[in-house]
Amino acid sequence: MNRLLQWLFGRLPIGWLQLTHKRGRFFAALSGVAFANVLVFVQLGIMNSMATATLRPYTFFNADIMISAADANALAEGGNVARQWMLQAFADPDVIAGTGLFIANAPLNRGDTDISLTTFGVDPGQPGFIAPQIAGDIGLLQVQDVAILDRLARGISKDEAAAIRPQTPLSFETQTRTLTALTTFAGGGGFGGDGYMFVSDQTFLSLFTSRSSSAPDHILLRLRPGADVAAVVDRLRGLISDTTLRIRSYGDAAQEDLRHQQTKRPTGIIFGFGVLIGVLVGLVIVYQVLSADVADHLREYATFKAMGYGPGFFLGIVVEEALVLGILGFLPGLAVGTAILTLMGKATSLPLAMTTGMAVTVFLGTVLFSVLSGVIATRRLAAADPADLF
Amino acid sequence: MDNAMIVEARGMNHWFGTGEARKQVLFDINLSLPRGSFTVLMGPSGSGKTTVLTLLGCLRGVQDGSVRLMGHELLGAGDAELAALRQRLGFIFQSHNLHESLTAMQNVIMGVQVRPGVTDDLARRAAAQALGLLGLSDRLDYLPANLSGGQKQRVAVARALVGNPAMVFADEPTAALDKDSAADVVDLLKRLGAARGTTTLLVTHDNRILDRADRILTLEDGRIVTSMDDT
Repeated sequence: MNRLLQWLFGRLPIGWLQLTHKRGRFFAALSGVAFANVLVFVQLGIMNSMATATLRPYTFFNADIMISAADANALAEGGNVARQWMLQAFADPDVIAGTGLFIANAPLNRGDTDISLTTFGVDPGQPGFIAPQIAGDIGLLQVQDVAILDRLARGISKDEAAAIRPQTPLSFETQTRTLTALTTFAGGGGFGGDGYMFVSDQTFLSLFTSRSSSAPDHILLRLRPGADVAAVVDRLRGLISDTTLRIRSYGDAAQEDLRHQQTKRPTGIIFGFGVLIGVLVGLVIVYQVLSADVADHLREYATFKAMGYGPGFFLGIVVEEALVLGILGFLPGLAVGTAILTLMGKATSLPLAMTTGMAVTVFLGTVLFSVLSGVIATRRLAAADPADLF
Repeated sequence: MDNAMIVEARGMNHWFGTGEARKQVLFDINLSLPRGSFTVLMGPSGSGKTTVLTLLGCLRGVQDGSVRLMGHELLGAGDAELAALRQRLGFIFQSHNLHESLTAMQNVIMGVQVRPGVTDDLARRAAAQALGLLGLSDRLDYLPANLSGGQKQRVAVARALVGNPAMVFADEPTAALDKDSAADVVDLLKRLGAARGTTTLLVTHDNRILDRADRILTLEDGRIVTSMDDT
């Protein structure tokens, strides 16, 4: 390590030698940096998981434009949309198909636990609006009270889900009706529910009797190939007389939902603050370590100053220490953070996992903030007056 | 300026503090140190010896009078100029001031690596040679904590001399040493300095080493009161 650092810095690796001289303190400092990394990883993991969970249901559908109520900030939030607006949208020559999407949470009793599945009521005669991985089975929903279950939902065991086939269906009760799951798809638990379920719009209306077939939660539209989505959205805003409706491209709707979750919902804001606090804790830890180290070595630094070493040399030592702490503290932080996210993911069925993007972001952030702490800590070097040595 | 002189101070005055608390500590100091000389600066505590050392050694800014070091006027010199001049000087401190996490070899390397253009290999060879001359060839990889007081001070001497400085400033280098070690360190300092043409200004209270001096300056209450040559 000495030789590598000497080669890198072109001088004795004084920062490394200083840090490793007192090993107990060095490992305590690394633990502090690793701890801050773990904090950030866990909070980032949860934030990423929220993003994945928020965007996941959008991947179940295949649409170009979504029309929603004014207060529909999220897929499963807000009021209904009158079906008549779908018919009005057909007046645009680029709109080739439309369907109503019904959404509600259905409680499910699973023995010891009650789970809640976000239930989509779709028109089984319009498989083109369903993502390919589910569309092949959507015809099964033509039969009343049939469901396609989320095999990754919390409360449904892997074995139980694997056994669900048309020949060996799973019957269960919800909303006082008995549904039969004939097959499954890969969804996953989110923050708003334990998983997902597809039923036909007719089954949906039987389950949620207060809902009306003329007022779905959203209207999905598909355009002719090659159509300019943004231009059609603009035209529809002029065409549909209810100006309170949110007419957006399907992609924009997903991104607005995500932004809403991250910046308007308490969970998103709390997780965002969690990341900020992790960063601040890391900054304070590294600053404290470096600042204490500078204070401990003021006499040595004053000696070097007397010998003619300039400010750049001292900044180099402190930055070297910051880099060593940042890089070596990151590695155990990455290992522990990965382990915690994996365990949390298994325990909650949330899409919690370490990603390369997270690891790279946290690594660069750690190095950047460590160096920043080091630069701040060098202010104490001004107190190292070589004349005081005599 | 006389080229034979490495230091020439004329009418040097110095004050500490400001306003009402301002106190003059040096009064009209005039001195010249010939190149290669070994000068001892003596005087009671508070007489201004250390202030003279720090002014001539470019560790403080000269406030009044003229001080020329190696041909450079120090009055009005900026921090960067003083730091650049210090790279050509050597310092030995009372408490050795070795870096606790660096080995003897690494401490001495620091004394030469400050000079621009010194390669790693050259610094290593120079440091090993300097430590060898001071009888520490078998202690190159020792940390200061594992060296005796005399050995530490010899490492400090090696660090001061390794870059072949034009001048060495030593402040009470023998204060913490026993008689034998003190004599040993001063003899080495004088011998190696003479061999390299290095001028030495040594501040001390230690009468045991006066007989090694070419010249003895005595300071009292901020004034040079006696100047004795051995010739």
